[in-house]
Amino acid sequence: MLGVISNIQRFTVHDGPGIRLTVFMQGCPLSCWWCHNPECIKHHNADDNSEHLRYNVKELMKEIRKELIFMDESGGGVTFSGGEPMMQPIFLSEILDACKKEDIHTAVDTSGLVSTDTFDSLVDKADLFLYDLKVIDNALHQKYTGASNTLILKNLKTLNDQQKKVIIRMPLIPGMTDSKQNIDDVIKLLSQLSNIKNINLLPYHSIAEGKYTKFNIPYKMKDVKVLSEDKITEIKNLFTNAGLNASIGG
Amino acid sequence: MNERIKLLREKSLDAEPYMTHQRASLITDFYQSEEAKNCSIPVKRALAFKYIMTHKKICVMKGELIVGERGLFPKSTPTFPEISLHSLEDLEQLNNREKQYFIVDDETTKVYKEKIIPYWKGKTIRERMFNDLPEEWKSAYEAGVFTEFLEQRAPGHTVLGKHSFKKGFLDLKKEIALAKSKLDFAKDIKALDKKEELLAMDIAADAIIEFARRHAEKIESIIQKETEPERLSELKQMYQICLKVPANAPETFWEALQHYWFIHQGVITELNPWDSFNPGRLDQHLYPFYKKEIEDGSLTIDRAKELLMAFWIKFNNHPAPPKMGVTAKESSTYTDFSLINVGGVKEDGSDAVNELSYLILDVIEEMRLLQPSSMVQLSKKNPERFIKRAIKIVKTGFGQPSIFNTDAIVQELLFQGKSLEDARNGGASGCVETGAFGNESYILTGYFNLPKILELTLNNGYDPRTKKTIGLATGDPSTFETFEALMAAYEKQLKYFIDIKIKGNNLIEKLYAKNLPVPFLSLLVNDCIEKGTDYNAGGARYNTNYIQGVGLGSITDELTAIKYHIYDKKSLTYETLINAMANNFEGHEALLDQLQNKTPKYGNDDDYADDQTRRIFNIYFNAIDSRPNTKGGCYRINLLPTTSHMYFGSVLGAMPDGRLAKEPLSEGISPVQGADRNGPTSVLKSAAKIDHIKTGGTLLNQKFTPQFLADDKGIAQVAQLVRSYFKLDGHHIQFNVVTAKTLREAQAEPGKYKDLIVRVAGYSDYFVDLTVELQNEIITRTEHKNLN
Repeated sequence: MLGVISNIQRFTVHDGPGIRLTVFMQGCPLSCWWCHNPECIKHHNADDNSEHLRYNVKELMKEIRKELIFMDESGGGVTFSGGEPMMQPIFLSEILDACKKEDIHTAVDTSGLVSTDTFDSLVDKADLFLYDLKVIDNALHQKYTGASNTLILKNLKTLNDQQKKVIIRMPLIPGMTDSKQNIDDVIKLLSQLSNIKNINLLPYHSIAEGKYTKFNIPYKMKDVKVLSEDKITEIKNLFTNAGLNASIGG
Repeated sequence: MNERIKLLREKSLDAEPYMTHQRASLITDFYQSEEAKNCSIPVKRALAFKYIMTHKKICVMKGELIVGERGLFPKSTPTFPEISLHSLEDLEQLNNREKQYFIVDDETTKVYKEKIIPYWKGKTIRERMFNDLPEEWKSAYEAGVFTEFLEQRAPGHTVLGKHSFKKGFLDLKKEIALAKSKLDFAKDIKALDKKEELLAMDIAADAIIEFARRHAEKIESIIQKETEPERLSELKQMYQICLKVPANAPETFWEALQHYWFIHQGVITELNPWDSFNPGRLDQHLYPFYKKEIEDGSLTIDRAKELLMAFWIKFNNHPAPPKMGVTAKESSTYTDFSLINVGGVKEDGSDAVNELSYLILDVIEEMRLLQPSSMVQLSKKNPERFIKRAIKIVKTGFGQPSIFNTDAIVQELLFQGKSLEDARNGGASGCVETGAFGNESYILTGYFNLPKILELTLNNGYDPRTKKTIGLATGDPSTFETFEALMAAYEKQLKYFIDIKIKGNNLIEKLYAKNLPVPFLSLLVNDCIEKGTDYNAGGARYNTNYIQGVGLGSITDELTAIKYHIYDKKSLTYETLINAMANNFEGHEALLDQLQNKTPKYGNDDDYADDQTRRIFNIYFNAIDSRPNTKGGCYRINLLPTTSHMYFGSVLGAMPDGRLAKEPLSEGISPVQGADRNGPTSVLKSAAKIDHIKTGGTLLNQKFTPQFLADDKGIAQVAQLVRSYFKLDGHHIQFNVVTAKTLREAQAEPGKYKDLIVRVAGYSDYFVDLTVELQNEIITRTEHKNLN
């Protein structure tokens, strides 16, 4: 089985604990307006362009092992991100097994938008889930990401019920995810998930704009301003006051 | 820092480098005197030293706690005409040159014209050297195959050991008398020479005691006029200290610092040894004094800190003596490479970090001076907070302290045959050089241009720049059927030039041993007294010579490009490549793009390229390691450039990795500037593929943006990177924490960035003092930051 990968990034420090290697996998079921890796969204097919790297498990493990000394020293590991890594479930499953066999810590950075069967089959394989939560109101979710959040919320509950290690990752997008209503909704949701208490707040920044130009993808965020430090702290405090372990950034 | 330190520091920062003729005049007077005739060379040198120390002007400045200046005042710098004589044109150039200038006033020029030049012309070591060296050596030197460290500066490259803080020069005089009493004039054919050397050492010991006494005398005269009671009491203490040390062993923290500083003055006045001199493991040497006095209440932490700061300023007052020609190019800086070691392990192998280690780090951070350079020795046994504290200083962005791997240093010294205790008492000095402090003479003899050997190989021994055939005819490369054939030719060519270099070194070492012994320095390094043998003649317990390899990243990428395109992909011929190189790739833009951007490169943890790094390392190692020198020791290798990667680049045409003519080479063991594209972990992995333990030091530069180190998490992660690299036996790593944007702004408006200090190669320097080429090179070095 080959994995289709858009990029392998070494020395990543915001995608889970320690010094990590992050594998950005190609293809995503969502198309969030603010996506930072828009080049990863497009699903690959047989006659896809050659920009993407194709790795089998053995080759990818070779790349991962190169970073072992740093992972060991820092308590790091590998993070599978994307795109949506679970869109390549067989490959992901194989690579997670291979990592487990070698005692390498794994994290899966997922949107949660995958079928329940697929999700359930992967739940036990990773050490940590970085779980994206954007908008609770389904209509707004549909608007900003192009998909319903029903499955996302369902899969998150699975993680909670099975007591998996989870860090919620919530992008703070001005006018889209940072409304009082949405924050309250997220807090309310998390208060019902007794095992999930960690949340990373990821304030919007416009660093990815260049990628949109480069890959010739329409950019919908032109007029969006970044949040002020005060506003970010204010939001963080809402989570903290609700008993959640919130931090800014990864 | 308090008001006093602030003033002294400002005075040091504001002082302009000035060339004084004082020492040159005094030594000329002495050499022409009756006393200088009819005595042996060692005794003559000792008497010359004593003459200078007895006659040079004594400088004690307002508010000073540590006294002693080599020149007339801060940054007043002497010359050493017995080694290398500055011509009148040199003086004019020194005065007018834009970088590393020295003010040369009319009086100095006049004295040079009328006295110094007429006496020394034809008598200097440099002239004798260049007269005696064979043509093949000169051709290689002119072509830029190697440099010669000893053409303008004396061998030195050594560091004070702990024993020197436990003895005074009166104790050493007793040791000299003992050694003298043991001489066997019947059986030892060298006994007479030894007697002269011991006599010279004895005179040198008297000289430094007299130098200190003259400071006491000067202080006494100041005391007469001083009215401020606090200063008066201080001056009285200083008076007592100068009468006590270095004649006697120091007993207090203050005495220990002043003791060292007199020794430092002696070493750098006797001659102009490379890397000036160095107190070495300062936190270890001073700790017994510190602990005792803190405990009995006679010293406060604030006072200890103030004294250390006063000590720091003294180093900064002493720029490297004025360099000319190739020496100025290979070491284009005022820094004189005194590298203070902090941390590491004790003689018994246990964690050496103590309260004083942290206090010294505070001083480094607060003083923010070019000199002394500073480093931390990091052992696996040292606590995490120690490395984090160091990185927090690194984060402030003036390139200090650099970080060294104690566990590797100990192994390196053991590999070289040092005892375990001597190894654990060792450290690194200069830029990154491993040494058994107090016991070893480890001479850097010159840089060696690894890529130049390839250029000569590709041109069958012909140097395109000097238009001479200087190397071996190893064959037309188009006849090399395999990559192995090329490597064999490279190796043959390299060995040929290493032989030339070593032949030259043998001659130069003998010149120094015979004509310029250093009886004073010999007092400081074990076992010169016991052996009755000068430091420059093999008196030290260990005697090592180095030839410093330069351009490891460049040569790797050059060979990798040839292997990849000519032999493996077969998409390129030597004819096309050599033709394109001869045209500096003009009209060969597509090929240039292939070579620069579509070829495996060192620094990416890619074995295709890194295998060539290992091979070159082994070829270089095998050509040099263990070869005997003239002093009973042997040759070792290390990999560091100071600024020679700029000079060596300037003598080199375009190369197969797509480097254009005259551009800099890679520095140290860092990748070619911009060639590392996978981030810092890959650079460290590539750099660790050579066997650091078989070297006497390697130098790796890394650059981080200030944002990366903004929080504790970033600092912890950099510490983890360092620990990981050290687990892989990496020897040294240093960080530049400044944005490329800031550097560009500094380049555009130097006036606004006068205080911007950056890491160059094994030392820090003011960015605006660097040549434009070096500034650009530093900007191009990859700036690592997290991209997510």
